[in-house]
Amino acid sequence: MTFDYAPAPESRAVVDIAPSYGLFVDGEFAPASDGKVFKTVSPSSEEVLSEVAQASGDDVDRAVKAARKAFEKWSALPGAERAKYLFRIARIIQERSRELAVLESLDNGKPIRESRDADLPLVAAHFFYYAGWADKLDHAGYGPNPRPLGVAGQVIPWNFPLLMLAWKIAPALATGNTVVLKPAETTPLSALFFADICRQAGLPKGVVNILTGDGSTGAALVAHPDVNKVAFTGSTGVGKAIARTVAGTDKKVTLELGGKAANIVFDDAPIDQAVEGIVNGIFFNQGHVCCAGSRLLVQESVQDELLDALKRRMQTLRVGDPLDKNTDIGAINSAEQLARITALVDAGEAEGAERWAPACELPTSGYWFAPTLFTGVTQAHRIAREEIFGPVLSVLTFRTPEEAVAKANNTPYGLSAGIWTEKGSRILWMANKLRAGVIWSNTFNKFDPASPFGGYKESGYGREGGRHGLEAYLNV
Amino acid sequence: MSDRLSVLKTYKLYVGGKFPRSESGRVYEVTDSKGNWLANAPLASRKDARDAVVAARKAFGGWSGATAYNRGQVLYRIAEMLEGRRDQFVAEVADAEGLSKAKAAAQVDAAIDRWVWYAGWSDKIAQIAGGANPVAGPYFNLSSPEPTGVVAVLAPQESSFLGLVSVIAPVIVCGSTVVVVASQNAPLPALSLAEVLATSDLPGGVVNLLSGRTAEIAAPLAAHQDVNALDLAGADAGLAKELETAAADNLKRVVRPGAADWSADPGTERLLAFLETKTVWHPMGV
Amino acid sequence: MPITVPAYGKEAAGRLASMADVTADDGALRRFLHGLPGVDAVGLQARAATLGTRSIKTTAKAYAIDLAISMIDLTTLEGADTPGKVRALCAKGVHPDPTDRTAPKVAAICVYPDMVATAKEALAGSGIHVASVATAFPAGRAALPVKLADTRDAVAAGADEIDMVIDRGAFLSGRYLSVFEEIKQVKEACVRPDGSAAHLKVIFETGELETYDNVRRVSWLAMLAGADFIKTSTGKVAVNATPPVTLLMLEAVRDFHTATGIQVGVKPAGGIRTTKDAIKYLVMVNETLGEPWLTADWFRFGASSLLNDLLMQRQKLGTGRYSGPDYVTVD
Repeated sequence: MTFDYAPAPESRAVVDIAPSYGLFVDGEFAPASDGKVFKTVSPSSEEVLSEVAQASGDDVDRAVKAARKAFEKWSALPGAERAKYLFRIARIIQERSRELAVLESLDNGKPIRESRDADLPLVAAHFFYYAGWADKLDHAGYGPNPRPLGVAGQVIPWNFPLLMLAWKIAPALATGNTVVLKPAETTPLSALFFADICRQAGLPKGVVNILTGDGSTGAALVAHPDVNKVAFTGSTGVGKAIARTVAGTDKKVTLELGGKAANIVFDDAPIDQAVEGIVNGIFFNQGHVCCAGSRLLVQESVQDELLDALKRRMQTLRVGDPLDKNTDIGAINSAEQLARITALVDAGEAEGAERWAPACELPTSGYWFAPTLFTGVTQAHRIAREEIFGPVLSVLTFRTPEEAVAKANNTPYGLSAGIWTEKGSRILWMANKLRAGVIWSNTFNKFDPASPFGGYKESGYGREGGRHGLEAYLNV
Repeated sequence: MSDRLSVLKTYKLYVGGKFPRSESGRVYEVTDSKGNWLANAPLASRKDARDAVVAARKAFGGWSGATAYNRGQVLYRIAEMLEGRRDQFVAEVADAEGLSKAKAAAQVDAAIDRWVWYAGWSDKIAQIAGGANPVAGPYFNLSSPEPTGVVAVLAPQESSFLGLVSVIAPVIVCGSTVVVVASQNAPLPALSLAEVLATSDLPGGVVNLLSGRTAEIAAPLAAHQDVNALDLAGADAGLAKELETAAADNLKRVVRPGAADWSADPGTERLLAFLETKTVWHPMGV
Repeated sequence: MPITVPAYGKEAAGRLASMADVTADDGALRRFLHGLPGVDAVGLQARAATLGTRSIKTTAKAYAIDLAISMIDLTTLEGADTPGKVRALCAKGVHPDPTDRTAPKVAAICVYPDMVATAKEALAGSGIHVASVATAFPAGRAALPVKLADTRDAVAAGADEIDMVIDRGAFLSGRYLSVFEEIKQVKEACVRPDGSAAHLKVIFETGELETYDNVRRVSWLAMLAGADFIKTSTGKVAVNATPPVTLLMLEAVRDFHTATGIQVGVKPAGGIRTTKDAIKYLVMVNETLGEPWLTADWFRFGASSLLNDLLMQRQKLGTGRYSGPDYVTVD
């Protein structure tokens, strides 16, 4: 007899998904102007979850108009009143958090343990945090009475659908802007449920508008002449296209793009915790994390010991049904993403890196990729330079702190980095030298609404979260 | 009008999360602005003050160690619970301060919103009162505010509820704990507020409420060696001087009474008054 | 990796002898213990908490409950203990659930040395071990000869297992070699005239050592000195077994095994009262050390009230109804 964990599925009954959804504009759900729809599927089973509207250029125009109309009253409300709306939203999210966690795991494929214990608590906390700023903008360090920008066009990715919505909408509303938000094509549902939360909170019509659609909808939103602010989280390629689109306009822009973070382990690191940090850094959310620690830089003197420990730990990772409470790694979000991961991993092997993965049985339907490790990787390999956005770790080595910094910085990206050592002064020296927007030391992938997040270089510009996150939505 | 005889409430102190009577066994008569009897309130003694300080000190470790987010949630919860008992407080404030229903309602609404205002400060005050310092050397240098400890507060005498909330909330939101002496003549809204605090996830002992003669209770608090700060909002000029003098013995931080308009934007004065700044140096080097 | 041998086996002694250089003198031992990797407290606690979210249901739960019962060192360590009390506890250990004879028996009955003979007699033929605390339990504040005599007494009275306490004062003041030598001598005192030996559990009182770095060091120190089991706590201080401390000790056992091939057991004690808690510990064992440690030979719970909660949960699995304290025995 062995200690095999019996299936422990979270109940799907807490969430009621309608067969179809329209666009949420001016407080009402309505079909797309041209009646186009597309399906959203559960990546763990390929089951169709619902059918949603594909917003057209006309729909974008209608949504921006609704947001513009709502802006006048919303921005004129006393901050304390806006604050109370946001507090209401935060509380309703807390109340409905299990429902939303299950929904997120269904539509995105992430394990319920993460949607329940990471995504949803952070979503609620983000609304709480920015609710508190709404009546304190005079104290935020941007001078007296800072003003909102107007209508914000926001385009978010599929890796943390509701959390990215929170990062976009909470500061926008707190500062008095109104929004038109487009969720990712493969994960539209939680944003549509958020529309219902706005209804329960009594939020005035038109303050939040949700348009589902593909890249063309996002492009039309970004390009709309009456949008004052563009906020985008996603790939560096699309980010650059957005930067070109807004060139020559008055639109304020923030971009939160890709990364290729180095997770740097010194020989005096707390090794068991470093292993956990490496695992969390690259396998959290199937590696669909822009700040994932996708490059492990390990000091040569501790390489063998660390890799043995890491491989041993990877053998205990449980891959499978996202709704099982004991699942550590869920499904890859889409067939398209799975193909991209597979192609890069093939390139890694072709270029001579050594591939390793623990024995693990993958489900037969849906999109899956086993947690994977590459050793013998150099800076010249594609898997050391390109963002894989999947559960694939590239291991490189270094000999000295200077070399670690040089290798860590040797990338066009600059979103995050990790440092593992027991020596405090080295942590701070390294942090000082690393060209990245977030540095984690002896931890990784930590997020908090009070803490600014964003990248250097081609990882984008602007910061989300914290006091700094207000600036992106204020006329300062 | 029904013939039914109403059940009157026995007002009690609030110390360490419990509702004791005064250890002295004394009460005093509380009347409305026209002199009609409202209730008997506990007439707290110096021993009640001593017990309250012990309770506040005991609660300080846990409350100051809670995350700012958690403290903010608790303060917001207080606003939620208060909203549900709005009518009760409107009636009590109207009686206590001789206000019309409408004016009393405005006071209560402002008090609820004040909890919300301060709830939001929990995780922001460090972001405006602290920060990195660019010292000339290879050092990381960071200043952050920390709560000062146990604060004794003399609540405003006139504004029995809005004023009261305006002096409690800024102390506790940052992690200090408090012993409050309620308005001497209008203590009932304060004693009822304790019932809200007791059901809002606020740990016992974070707020301790005493009613009685301000001067009698304030003297031992001002002289108490285990009290770190003193808010004299409810003291007149003579008493304030006397208490400030006593407070000098262990260098309590003192907020002097001022001509406060409790309905105005409170700003950050009372938040900053009960914070210490701690600066950490750490070398940077391989 | 060397072939696995049990800590109480003859081969283990030989392997330890080959590591004699690190225990040659105080300086060498100190350098070795302080050269172990540090422990990041926040990360360790986070890992323990995450493992605590595992959801163990249905068949897995039934397996875990019976396993946990079979791993209990059912304990009474009170000044008021009497032969009557000890005999009652022994009876309960043999048949934990009087209404259901399929319930497994516990691993051992844990008593003070003067109760060993009583327990031994009461448990005759049951296969349940008698464990005795020794070495001036729980404070450990006595001269070494007294501690050794205490141990020999318990062994002579028939104890199968000795739960010794370390000298925390010596450890905290950095006299590592003195702690090491004391454990070695107690281990020698566990040897019976026929050459067999009582198994030795070494109690650290981790609540008094306070830091995780200390727990990792003392774990290695005790294993180098020949401990068969390492145990968290006496149950007599404010902080007893916690999931992070136990996880850290499991990791130390894992690393020691990787280095030497010697298998050492782990016993969290004190404060584990519910089935839910016990299952969290079993999950930690499962995901840190795995199958070879999921037996009463290599993992124990030092507990008393835990048993009844396990039995009530066991009844619930059998009947579908929640049970109550009237349906299990007080002792």
